[in-house]
Amino acid sequence: MNRLKQVFANGKAFIPFITAGDPSLEITKELVVKMAEAGADLIELGIPFSDPVAEGQVIQDANIRALSGGTSVDKIFDMLRHVRKTCDVPIAFMTYANPVFAYDPDKFLRNCRETGVDALIVPDLPFEEKGELMPFCLKYGITLISMIAPTSNNRIHRIAREAQGFVYCVSSMGVTGVRENISNDAKEMIKLVKEVNNIPCAVGFGISTPEQASRVAEFADGVIVGSAIVKIVERYGRECVPHVVEYVRMMKNAVKVI
Amino acid sequence: MAKGRFGIYGGQYIPETLMNAVIELEEAYERYKEDPNFKAELDSLLKNYAGRPSLLYFAEKMTKDLGGAKIYLKREDLNHTGSHKINNVLGQVLLAKYMGKTRVIAETGAGQHGVATATAASLLGMECEIFMGKEDTDRQALNVYRMKLLGAKVHVVTSGTQTLKDAVNETLREWSKRVKDTHYVLGSVMGPHPFPTIVRDFQSVIGREVKKQILEEEGRLPDVLIACVGGGSNAIGLFYDFIGEPGVRLIGCEAAGHGIRTKKNAATITVGKVGIFHGMKSYFCQDEYGQIAPVYSISAGLDYPGVGPEHAYLHDIGRAEYVAVSDEEAVEAFEYLSITEGIIPAIESAHAVAYAKKIAPSMGRDQIIVVGLSGRGDKDVAAIARYRGVEIHE
Repeated sequence: MNRLKQVFANGKAFIPFITAGDPSLEITKELVVKMAEAGADLIELGIPFSDPVAEGQVIQDANIRALSGGTSVDKIFDMLRHVRKTCDVPIAFMTYANPVFAYDPDKFLRNCRETGVDALIVPDLPFEEKGELMPFCLKYGITLISMIAPTSNNRIHRIAREAQGFVYCVSSMGVTGVRENISNDAKEMIKLVKEVNNIPCAVGFGISTPEQASRVAEFADGVIVGSAIVKIVERYGRECVPHVVEYVRMMKNAVKVI
Repeated sequence: MAKGRFGIYGGQYIPETLMNAVIELEEAYERYKEDPNFKAELDSLLKNYAGRPSLLYFAEKMTKDLGGAKIYLKREDLNHTGSHKINNVLGQVLLAKYMGKTRVIAETGAGQHGVATATAASLLGMECEIFMGKEDTDRQALNVYRMKLLGAKVHVVTSGTQTLKDAVNETLREWSKRVKDTHYVLGSVMGPHPFPTIVRDFQSVIGREVKKQILEEEGRLPDVLIACVGGGSNAIGLFYDFIGEPGVRLIGCEAAGHGIRTKKNAATITVGKVGIFHGMKSYFCQDEYGQIAPVYSISAGLDYPGVGPEHAYLHDIGRAEYVAVSDEEAVEAFEYLSITEGIIPAIESAHAVAYAKKIAPSMGRDQIIVVGLSGRGDKDVAAIARYRGVEIHE
């Protein structure tokens, strides 16, 4: 069975994001395994990119830390080979088009299959351009995730109809980062998705507290949290694992019973 | 596959948050570009405000000194605000106004595009915010103050390499926060469709004028057109009307900085590889893992790791040639044109002048070169003085 199906089989899903190689790939490996044990349903693993235009300051800084530490796509695949010896948590890569394109999409997706990566999220590859990677995703059985945003309006039906795995709903305009208030836009967006495709919808961008997470989980199938976790990694560095684990446990508890 | 392709290049590689904004822009552009009111208003602005047509000047002393082809300079430096940037900016800000937008944002490298955008925003009554890398605000302080004088808010970008590419990143981020009332006035023939087409169309006035002027002056088309290429807007503006004239060689000059064998250059087509960034598929300076490389040029306006997709295409089909010109060659040309013709060119444009200097002597006296003099060099005087070891206190 495709591991993505498991993601939404255990109540509402909690999906943490971390940047691979921040602060080191050794810590990333530990974080993946321990977050899975703490209840993460899918781990979104960012491949660092020099110019992440969809990210706010927190994740931009994490990208720079990871790249300065020498993180590369090959080293990330190596790290995952180790992870997969003991841990079968579903994993999605989040990266930009150029690192995949430069690596050679065929080789990249082949390595994804080999290292047990289940899905790929590419924020600068909108619906119109998904043909760039879709043939390779299909060839190797990796799910290319579709994103929708508050401005997608009339595009939502078209995107949702062809969506696979789950739909990534961007809760608010702008870039990633912790926000005080999470708008209700996502609720309306999800309604439009479900009109044409009964596919799970996970909401990301801005969510950091258990209260926000449980409110979003009332209408979404999953909650994605990035910047709040990356901030913990930034604050505690090599000592971050227990703090992240505690946060993930708290957030999974906040969403699962909804 | 999305629209807006030049061969395999171009496209719309941007976050979903921006997709409807570029679709709305494309629809508005298709609607207004043939609209008589829009056209009349833009023509009037170009003529009465920007000062078009710009001169096609016969550089007689330079021609004699080099002893080969006749050299003409297309004087975009004489436009209001001092560069070709105003052509595109008047078009886009007017378009934004027709679209009902009230605020414009833009990136800038040397500051020429920022100044032009602030100028048009002030004239057309739009709110204006400019994003500029910290390295550039330091080396182009005068332009920063100029933009503020014109009523724009200037954001100093401290992320990444703190130059033009980071300014583009930050403007894209800002646009994705606020698309409803805001238009992004992209300054070059780059970014997602429809920008490379819109900017080219607004800049193509340069080549159209050259064609008319050279036919009047010489009764024939030029043999060579030379322009500097960062993103490539003045070059495509000069080339576009001549693409269908096979007898006219098109030469784009990229910034070789300290040299194409060093890491300190911005010669994208010469040293870069095909990639996907800033909304487009094109050539980019990047490492083996697709990380965008920090680039370098003495010219802030050419200090960009990518190039417009239409240039990538013209290169691949062999219609245009792209050569690399070093800092040293550009500075020499900057000084040469100043002393020979009494024209201080922008350091960007000096890259094109340098290449004309190089090839003119080996060409026949009956042959003609047109050099795109994209901007004036006042902004660069302090930096060139520094390059020559002279500290200027303004």
